This record gives sequence, C-alpha cells and structure tokens, in this order.
Amino acid sequence: MHKVFSVPDPLRKTPTHYCPGCGHGIAHRLVAEVIQDLGIRGKTIAVAPVGCAVVAYDYWKFDCSEAPHGRALAVATAIKRMQPEKIVFTYQGDGDLAAIGTNETIHAANRGENLSVVFINNAIYGMTGGQLAPTTLLGQKTSTSAAGRDKKLHGYPLKISEMLALLPGVCYLERVSLHNPGEVLKAKSAIRRAFQNQLEGLGFSLVEVLSPCPTYWGLSPREALDWIRDVMQKEFPLGRIK
Amino acid sequence: MAKVVIDRDKCKGCFLCVSFCPKGIIKKSARLNKKGLNFVEVDPKGSCAGCLQCAVICPDCCIEIYK
Ligand SMILES: Cc1ncc(C[n+]2csc(CCOP(=O)(O)OP(=O)(O)O)c2C)c(N)n1
Ligand code: SF4
Ligand code: SF4
Ligand code: SF4
Ligand SMILES: [Mg+2]
Repeated sequence: MHKVFSVPDPLRKTPTHYCPGCGHGIAHRLVAEVIQDLGIRGKTIAVAPVGCAVVAYDYWKFDCSEAPHGRALAVATAIKRMQPEKIVFTYQGDGDLAAIGTNETIHAANRGENLSVVFINNAIYGMTGGQLAPTTLLGQKTSTSAAGRDKKLHGYPLKISEMLALLPGVCYLERVSLHNPGEVLKAKSAIRRAFQNQLEGLGFSLVEVLSPCPTYWGLSPREALDWIRDVMQKEFPLGRIK
Repeated sequence: MAKVVIDRDKCKGCFLCVSFCPKGIIKKSARLNKKGLNFVEVDPKGSCAGCLQCAVICPDCCIEIYK
C-alpha cells in the first residue's frame, strides 16, 4: 500500500485554532498543495492578513510576512518589487481585502502587480465576532445587523471581483467555493493557475473563495456548506470572471 | 480496498467527512479525544472506495489514505 493522500509538506502538522468546519483550514491546505505541486516552496513568500487567518504563518512552512489590517497588497507589492524572483501572494478575508483594504486592493490590481491573491469570502468579520462585512448578503443576520442586512441601511453586497475585472492590469479572476469535495478540487486548480500566472509574469491574479464560517453563520459545519450551495453562490456566482 | 487513517487527536468533530462518505463508513466515536471532542473513526468492517472525498473536505487535514 502507498500513501495517496496526506498532509502536504508546506503545511505544518500542528493543529489550527480554527473552529470546527472552518473553510480557512481547507484553503490553507490547498495553498500548501499548490506550492508543493509547483515546487516553489523555497522561493514563496506569503503575506498574512488581519482576521481569523492572522497566524497563517504558524501553519505554513515557508516564508511569511504579516501586514496591518487591509495592507497585505501594499506589503506584497514592496516584497515583489525588491525580490522579483520570489513568488509572493496574499491571503485575505473579505473585511481585510474589501473593507479596510479596498484602496490597496484596487491600486495593486490597477498597477498590474505580478502577485497572486487568495481572497477568502465568508460574508462576515469572523475574528472580531461576526459583524457585517461588505460581502454580507441582503437579509443575512450578523452581530451588527440583527434584523438582517438591509439595503437602505447597509447597501448591497460588494462584488469586488467583478469590479476588479474592469482594470486592465488584472489578468485572472475566478470565483470558487469549498461547499463539497468536487468544488474544493476546482478551487485548488484556480489557486494553482493564479500562482502559475505569476511564474509566467502575467500580472495580477485573484481567486475569490466562498468559504464557510459555521460559527458566525449560526449553522452546523454541513449546514454552512449547504448554505453556500443554496444561497451564497446565487449572489456570488462561481466561475471565471476574467 | 483502500485504507483510511484518521488522526483522532487533531480531529475537531465537524463530521463533514461523515456527511460526504459515499460508503457511510466513517462514524462519530462515543469516546472523546485529548481536546475533549467526539472524534470520528472508520468502521473496521466497512469497505473504503478510496474516493478521497473525506480527506479533500477535512478542514483539519486529519485524514491519510493508502491504496
Ligand atoms: C486597523 C484595524 N482596524 C480594525 C481591526 C479589527 N479587526 C480585526 S480582524 C477584522 C475583520 C476580519 O474580517 P475578515 O477580514 O473578513 O476575516 P475573517 O476573520 O472573516 O477571516 C477587524 C475589523 C484591526 N485589527 N485593525
Ligand atoms: S470565526 Fe468563522 S472564520 Fe473564524 S475560525 Fe471560526 S469559523 Fe473560521
Ligand atoms: S475515501 Fe471515500 S469511501 Fe473511503 S472513507 Fe473516505 S469518503 Fe469514505
Ligand atoms: S472532517 Fe476532519 S475534523 Fe471533521 S470530523 Fe472528519 S476527520 Fe474530524
Ligand atoms: Mg471574513
């Protein structure tokens, strides 16, 4: 018998602090698998966000930096420009990338920085206690929208990936999901492509990952995946955006 | 037949693997792991299809598969 599935080398075997059923754990593994498959572990530098994934550097076995909340793409820009031979990526939540960091996101994309972005959209601020995020769905209850998101009060779910598609510096945008094993495999292919584009010098690539936060959605882990399948992906359609 | 090995102390008892296994051979254990959580175990009498679905969905990378 030989091993056909195990922890990829770039992922530490230490247990994570994530809640049971949290999508961050799956996404961390996918990134590690892609880095292993592409053989780029020795030259990859990650920039971790502020959010539940703030200590991603404790879980990955390659070089990582940390950025102030929302500034991951500014930090990544500096690293990549100083060391263009390195493979540099950011890993950011919706609060990080599409609220406090909207400015950095748009300008890094518009400059066409040769970077890869893994954007974890869980429609919530997980780390701080389940507050409304720019990507929270209309009607979704959060700790700061107890009666559900109201378009008159909070505006509409922000489709930052579709907005970025307008920028000529952006080479690749795809929205994927973690709601079943088949979708997880598609998510891995998209992340691989975002890294491959950087290896080929093609410019800014971003993969938006619809990811469960069972804790602040108030659902069991399986119900959270089914909510992505039945509700969330209607607002955030899967597939290639650019 | 494939063989599934689950790291019970890393398992957080999310039961996603249980819900996706097409053979229904992963079960919640009545015992608790070091974290005090109900881990999951494979029914030793079950026959694993080696489809990898449990391992692919596990958020905590607790599952190893041998073929
Ligand atoms: C400058 C600054 N403002 C606010 C915060 C508080 N804060 C920490 S994480 C976070 C939002 C996290 O949400 P998200 O980026 O979606 O990550 P998730 O936890 O959902 O993965 C906020 C507002 C902070 N740490 N720094
Ligand atoms: S709060 Fe949500 S995003 Fe944060 S670790 Fe828990 S499930 Fe994951
Ligand atoms: S590999 Fe497939 S059949 Fe075997 S335990 Fe996992 S999900 Fe079940
Ligand atoms: S998916 Fe992983 S963490 Fe969840 S119950 Fe199965 S083995 Fe445990
Ligand atoms: Mg979030």
